Amino acid sequence: MINIFEVSETNKMIQQENLDVRTITLGISLLDCCDADLKACNEKIYRKITETAKDLVKVGKEIEMEYGIPIVNKRISVTPISLIGSAACKSPEDYVTIARTLDEAARAVGVNFIGGYSALVSKGMTKQDEYLIRSIPEALAGTEYVCSSVNVGSTKCGINMDAVKLLGEIVKETAERTKERDSLGCAKLVVFCNAPDDNPFMAGAFHGVTEADAVINVGVSGPGVVKEALSHIRGENFEVLCETVKKTAFQITRVGQLVAREASRRLNIPFGIIDLSLAPTPAVGDSVADILTEIGLEYAGAPGTTAALALLNDQVKKGGVMASSYVGGLSGAFIPVSEDQGMIDAVTAGALTLEKLEAMTCVCSVGLDMIAIPGSTAASTISGIIADEMAIGMVNQKTTAVRIIPVMGKEVGEMVEFGGLLGHAPVMAVNPFSCQAFIDRGGRIPAPIHSFKN
Amino acid sequence: MKKTVITVVGKDTVGIIAKVCTYLANNKINILDISQTIVQEYFNMMMIVDMNGSIKPFAQISSELGQIGEEIGVKILCQHEDIFDRMHRL
Repeated sequence: MINIFEVSETNKMIQQENLDVRTITLGISLLDCCDADLKACNEKIYRKITETAKDLVKVGKEIEMEYGIPIVNKRISVTPISLIGSAACKSPEDYVTIARTLDEAARAVGVNFIGGYSALVSKGMTKQDEYLIRSIPEALAGTEYVCSSVNVGSTKCGINMDAVKLLGEIVKETAERTKERDSLGCAKLVVFCNAPDDNPFMAGAFHGVTEADAVINVGVSGPGVVKEALSHIRGENFEVLCETVKKTAFQITRVGQLVAREASRRLNIPFGIIDLSLAPTPAVGDSVADILTEIGLEYAGAPGTTAALALLNDQVKKGGVMASSYVGGLSGAFIPVSEDQGMIDAVTAGALTLEKLEAMTCVCSVGLDMIAIPGSTAASTISGIIADEMAIGMVNQKTTAVRIIPVMGKEVGEMVEFGGLLGHAPVMAVNPFSCQAFIDRGGRIPAPIHSFKN
Repeated sequence: MKKTVITVVGKDTVGIIAKVCTYLANNKINILDISQTIVQEYFNMMMIVDMNGSIKPFAQISSELGQIGEEIGVKILCQHEDIFDRMHRL
């Protein structure tokens, strides 16, 4: 039988070290909502979401109460809307009506984000894909809960550079349209390479076409728990370090698995995957950067950071995989800047630059995340940053992403406040040299060779 | 049988166990195991109980125990045993 020390250890993780289940995300297929009539399509979407997700928030709260573990977010992901609207939408404005429908449905069922205002264009764009992408600024400016993502590359297909170029412009336009809120719209727009079909985390969640009609995906968290565990083994060698991370990740993930199974049972919706990501929040003690400093770096960004992050990421997976029957999504350590107090401190201290962040994304999920840059940054430069990150994902057969915020009217060093879980961030410097001619070429970068690995 | 773990943490004072046990008895909740320690004057108690015969639903028991805790200045939590079991047992 369970003993008092084990009970106190678990409760200490929850109460003092911010252990929580970060999100229960209900993936809903909207493929059966396609209709040539836009109004009918919107109605079907609203009905499908509100019926499938009607008990999601209630069940989430019940589980929280009965197990005493906070479930921070209850969210919905849907089939990429570019597909669902393709028969009905004849213009970007038509797609915006679907964004509004998603927003209303999200409000009606009480979730805090709905993801899937997305297009998958890794090889080419249909006319409808392009309409959707062009509608993103308006869609994100005019809605509260909708999150958008575009997959522009993959290891199998290469990188669609036309889409990369377009998205540089779209990111800027989204920033401009939401400039009175520190360009917040860009915090809800992710550009992916190798986007997974079952990611429960926003803003990049969508319900892939390979998925079942509805599925429960759960994202666990607990950087504070890992940091606390590591604080007891200071000075020990890497073997001890790695074993400790692994054991802690196992414990955290077992809780996620329990919650996912319970949610699945109570909602009568199949369990999909657990996402093993270490996801930070702006709360003190809930930071991935703090784990890196605990491992032995003065600040995140110091030499050694990439190696430390690589081992952390790998050990989290090794510990987590055994704790869950199905693992998927992004699964790794997240390194968003604005959502992690330790990262914010590192940037402010001058320890962490955009280039170092790019290196870090080579060894962890996901990519350049929640990074504020000057609003004056050229669209082509943003496209260049996206292209670099996509290339890392394509060549290394991993998911990478860019969620970057050119903050209108702000320059390097100024602070930006996004509020809530999105946090706050200092505006970071961008390399000032141009890549305009590179981006203007158009076309696509071919898929990399899958042999002769070096 | 689904077991529930009740934890009581706070400054030690007279009658904590009495109060909690009386409440449980009144609601037909059977105590299977009790253990307690005092760490630096902090009272730490864990009970494993069987709520199958309880006359009130889990949510109500949990919130009423929480209130009793507030009255006597301790924190009382009520959780399904699974969360501890999953974390600490293979």
